[in-house]
Amino acid sequence: MKTTGANLLRILLERQGIHTLPGIPGGAILPFYDALHGSAIRHVLARHEQGAGFIAQGMARVTGRAAACLATSGPGATNLLTAIADARLDSVPLVAITGQVSQSLIGTDAFQEVDTYGLTLPITKHNFLVRSAAELLDVVPLAFQLAESGRPGPVAIDVPKDVQNATIEIDALPEPGRRQPLAPCPDEPIDALAHLLAHAQRPVLYLGGGVISSDASALARALAHRASAPIVSTLMALGAIPPEDPLFMGMLGMHGTQGTNFLLEEADLVLAIGARFDDRATGKVAEFCPRATIAHIDIDPAEIGKIKTAFLGLVGDAADILRRLLDILPPQTRPAWRARAAELRATYPLQHPPRSEDPLHPVNLCRFLGEQLPADAIITTDVGQHQMWVAQAYPFRQPRTLLTSGGLGTMGFGLPAAIGAALAAPGRRVACVSGDGSILMNIQELATLAEENLPVAVLIFNNTHLGLVRQQQELFYRQRYEASRFASSPDFAAIARGFGVRGERIDPMGDPLEQISAALAGEGPCVIDIPIHTTANVYPMVPPGAANRQMLIAQPEPAHA
Amino acid sequence: MPNQMTHATILELTVRNHPGTMSHITGLFARRAFNLEAILVVPLPGGENSRILLHMANEPKLEQVERQLVKLHDVLSVRQRTDLAPDIFQQLARTLA
Ligand SMILES: Cc1ncc(C[n+]2csc(CCOP(=O)(O)OP(=O)(O)O)c2C)c(N)n1
Repeated sequence: MKTTGANLLRILLERQGIHTLPGIPGGAILPFYDALHGSAIRHVLARHEQGAGFIAQGMARVTGRAAACLATSGPGATNLLTAIADARLDSVPLVAITGQVSQSLIGTDAFQEVDTYGLTLPITKHNFLVRSAAELLDVVPLAFQLAESGRPGPVAIDVPKDVQNATIEIDALPEPGRRQPLAPCPDEPIDALAHLLAHAQRPVLYLGGGVISSDASALARALAHRASAPIVSTLMALGAIPPEDPLFMGMLGMHGTQGTNFLLEEADLVLAIGARFDDRATGKVAEFCPRATIAHIDIDPAEIGKIKTAFLGLVGDAADILRRLLDILPPQTRPAWRARAAELRATYPLQHPPRSEDPLHPVNLCRFLGEQLPADAIITTDVGQHQMWVAQAYPFRQPRTLLTSGGLGTMGFGLPAAIGAALAAPGRRVACVSGDGSILMNIQELATLAEENLPVAVLIFNNTHLGLVRQQQELFYRQRYEASRFASSPDFAAIARGFGVRGERIDPMGDPLEQISAALAGEGPCVIDIPIHTTANVYPMVPPGAANRQMLIAQPEPAHA
Repeated sequence: MPNQMTHATILELTVRNHPGTMSHITGLFARRAFNLEAILVVPLPGGENSRILLHMANEPKLEQVERQLVKLHDVLSVRQRTDLAPDIFQQLARTLA
């Protein structure tokens, strides 16, 4: 078969199972766009390449399979970088394809030439600059294989225009790249872990995002019950364990509940599963779990001992290791330890006013959304206080129902990720909880949303501030507020309507929850602008750099006359 | 891992001889703030692979360095060369001077 590099790239992507491809065209990628014409691949035209990158991330985070996105050279490629870096820190399988100037022009400072290879090098699992059309036959399957195998992550493929235009004679197409099986963890450390668990008095499971990527949620829950070990979760593992489970203690760390962080102070064995001891989770590392022996299961050998020395490290797929552990671990009842966990949970609930008094308190709002939306609804967030309130209070009941930028903490993630989630999970309800700061960072994707007409509700928790910044200035910078208050607030409902999306502004004077419920019940995409307290803080909060036991908690409101 | 190793170490890597491999390796050292004193690269017979010697002094996170290096797609193997005297790089430098 005689074909062009561009056409070959399209065929290879089709064979990878790519049917939805977000991107934005431009000169250096036009031969490939021409090859897309008439293809079964549905191109989704984003309005900013960062939007395209996060749409692809939304698809990948919901399905667990690599998604791809497209951009042209130069500014197209640089606009993608944030979404690639974000995928790296949250271990999301993403294949970013960029056009590049023709090879004869590389190095001449040609129009829209930028060193995409060099720029993506430190933020990808691996990257390629394709030098001939024939190389595509190896590079494309390998890119997907690398993105999905082991610890998932982003891979970048930079394709010069002359490579896309080149003609090539091919007799056979390669097999699509697939997740490679891992070397199984040997038996000895699993036996040793069973022994540790059997002899511990106060074991705790510390779950990270790896539990979700390895589909090990049900196994982790089974282990907790077998070993009578309470479970704490990072932001990335929310959804692995339903909140009503009596052993579930919720999120640990900077904005975790007090009981959760105190429990870790008392634990004598902490088993980390697919978690990486991120500083937002551990607080001051030297004082994290001071009485505990650490055991660590991770797919990435470099994570074991990276931050905290593990007494026992197990490298492999968490689901496989947990299954084999459950085969040999005898049940343990530990009534006193279970009771202690229940007591800590009951003693330190999230502090918030009752719904009847303050329906728009963010904690009440998140709980209300949990009642309104089905258990399989997908929630994306942006970054800030609203993200932490969602993490604390929304009842995530299934894995992959929370999509949030955990590692990079990228404002602007929420809306495009929600679009990607809705594209990848037709028929599911998708809601993006955002802030009035974050939503502006990728608001142009409302045009994409309108065009695709997806069932995405955008809920803006509008406090007229960069709330999390304001909170830090209040608590740690002596209330010297600088650049955290918006002097002007756009009319988000009108903006939404301008994009052709239903827009509602909630009136706190009427019955606000009733209005939100009515807005959610309408057809198609919508933006719901919800005025919340302008100066509410997220509590508890561990001051940056402090130990987790040093949480700040809400001060009682001064009584108003 | 806070391990107390502070003397000089030579790591030997076998890598794919591919433009970009060197950037991946030096980029890793820069990004993770690992110390790198000297580096020597020679193509192996056949031209497919290259051998790299890395000289690290006072690197407390040696094990972490090795684990991160192994993860690079173009790095085929990593081992410590305790048999080589760390001053081979100085000797080489003298012959170049
Ligand atoms: C791209 C980006 N720029 C800056 C920040 C720093 N930052 C973290 S939270 C925050 C404020 C977010 O404000 P908003 O979206 O309104 O959410 P709120 O905290 O008010 O809920 C800022 C500026 C960031 N996380 N991402």
